[in-house]
Amino acid sequence: MTTAWVKSDRQKEREKLLRAQGRRSVSAATISTIVVAGLVVFGLLASPGWPRVRETFFSWDALVASLPDILRGFLLNVVIFLVAEPIVLVLGLGVALVRGLRSPVFFPLRALAALYTDVFRGIPVVLLIYLVGFGVPALQLQGVPSDPVVLGTIALILSYTSFVAEVFRSGIDSVHPSQKAAARSLGLSHGQTMRYVVVPQAVRRVVPPLLNDFASLQKDSALVAMLGPLEALRQAQIHAAEMFNYTPYVAAALLFVALTVPLARFTDHLAARAARQRGGAT
Amino acid sequence: MTLLTVDGVWKRYGDHDVLKGVDLTVDSHEVVCLIGASGSGKSTLLRCVNLLETVDDGAILLDGADITDVRADPDDVRKRIGIVFQAYNLFPHMTVLDNITLAPRKVHGVGRAQAEEQARELLTRFGLESKARDYPDRLSGGQQQRVAIIRAIATQPRLLLLDEVTSALDPTLVNEVLGVIRELKESGMTMILATHEMGFARDIADTVCFLADGVLLERGHPDQIFGSPQHPRTREFLSRT
Repeated sequence: MTTAWVKSDRQKEREKLLRAQGRRSVSAATISTIVVAGLVVFGLLASPGWPRVRETFFSWDALVASLPDILRGFLLNVVIFLVAEPIVLVLGLGVALVRGLRSPVFFPLRALAALYTDVFRGIPVVLLIYLVGFGVPALQLQGVPSDPVVLGTIALILSYTSFVAEVFRSGIDSVHPSQKAAARSLGLSHGQTMRYVVVPQAVRRVVPPLLNDFASLQKDSALVAMLGPLEALRQAQIHAAEMFNYTPYVAAALLFVALTVPLARFTDHLAARAARQRGGAT
Repeated sequence: MTLLTVDGVWKRYGDHDVLKGVDLTVDSHEVVCLIGASGSGKSTLLRCVNLLETVDDGAILLDGADITDVRADPDDVRKRIGIVFQAYNLFPHMTVLDNITLAPRKVHGVGRAQAEEQARELLTRFGLESKARDYPDRLSGGQQQRVAIIRAIATQPRLLLLDEVTSALDPTLVNEVLGVIRELKESGMTMILATHEMGFARDIADTVCFLADGVLLERGHPDQIFGSPQHPRTREFLSRT
């Protein structure tokens, strides 16, 4: 026998108060947003240089003239990102796993992986793009790519893999040693333990920081412009120079933001979901 | 028939000696309970037998072969020994069924269908058949520990080690886990238990060993150890529990 639940007057009163509180929160948020936005806009419009700035940075005509080329260029950024991202993921995990090998046979490999992450995390991305983009073709080796897009992408991969490897490594280290002990005591080898027990748990934990690195990789694809290919930033540069107007830069920036913001929101969503799951676990 | 021989095993962490020359023999189908205060070396001894710790001196023989030989393959040894931990250590990202079938499939090469059938048989035997598709964090502590025991015996080990398997459970859940261990004894499983459940040790053990400060001070039939302990420290320990 279960007794049906009839809401008590106390609970009804409580819910009424909660609803009232909710309404007050929403209106407070709305009002403060309007005030802040209004102040910012007013500050901009009232500043003495605003007419010049509007003409130079927010010119409709310049936008219309340059946008098709910038969009075409932006497609190249997207391609660079889409090619680099999966490669960075695979190589980063590989480097992290190599750093976790314990057998003495693998010492040189392990040392190399440590050296790689140390060195490449230290080199500014722009510098690395110059070094790879202009240095590698200068070697004049047979079969080595000379396309600046390919070289720039390789430089991005080299730089980001070193960061992503460390993210994976921290994830692997965060899995409690008792999980490894449990797996090994069932007879699983080191490799099987990593494959079935440690890495799946590690990857789940590092998804938010990984997405953060990818938002960064996405915008850094613009740095490949240094080598000359006609991607979004380069197109914007050309149009800006033609028209003595900076609007194309703003247009390019908006395109990058349009791609990064959804990724950032998705990251937050995943992080919030992970937090809820941890909170719900007993 | 002797299944396991522990011969003068010594284990040191830093400059603290945890095991100081422990000798122990375990026959097939025998149930040995290790009792003693926390820090007496019970868990360390079990971890040494399972090669989760390397011994600093002495030897451990399983089926007459030296498993502490540096040339021995630890994975091969662990295939024949199961261990259950105090904190369950189930894999949180796998269902109960996947936890149990992982080692049979990946280590012993059993096909998925057969491994799952065997796992379901074990789950049914221990009253957990409805939990096969659940993740460990949906289960109570007692259920998790029973799954951990099933996971350890799913590979049909020669020897099962149980390391204070009821210490993390509240009293009402202890009994369901002890029931599983009792049933394993009836099926002839050779077991070494480190335990703080004195009543249970007296009830289930063929042999009880009392450890203090890394030394096996006294061993004997449970009636003798609990009824008329010989060593003063055994008497002192039992009078406090």
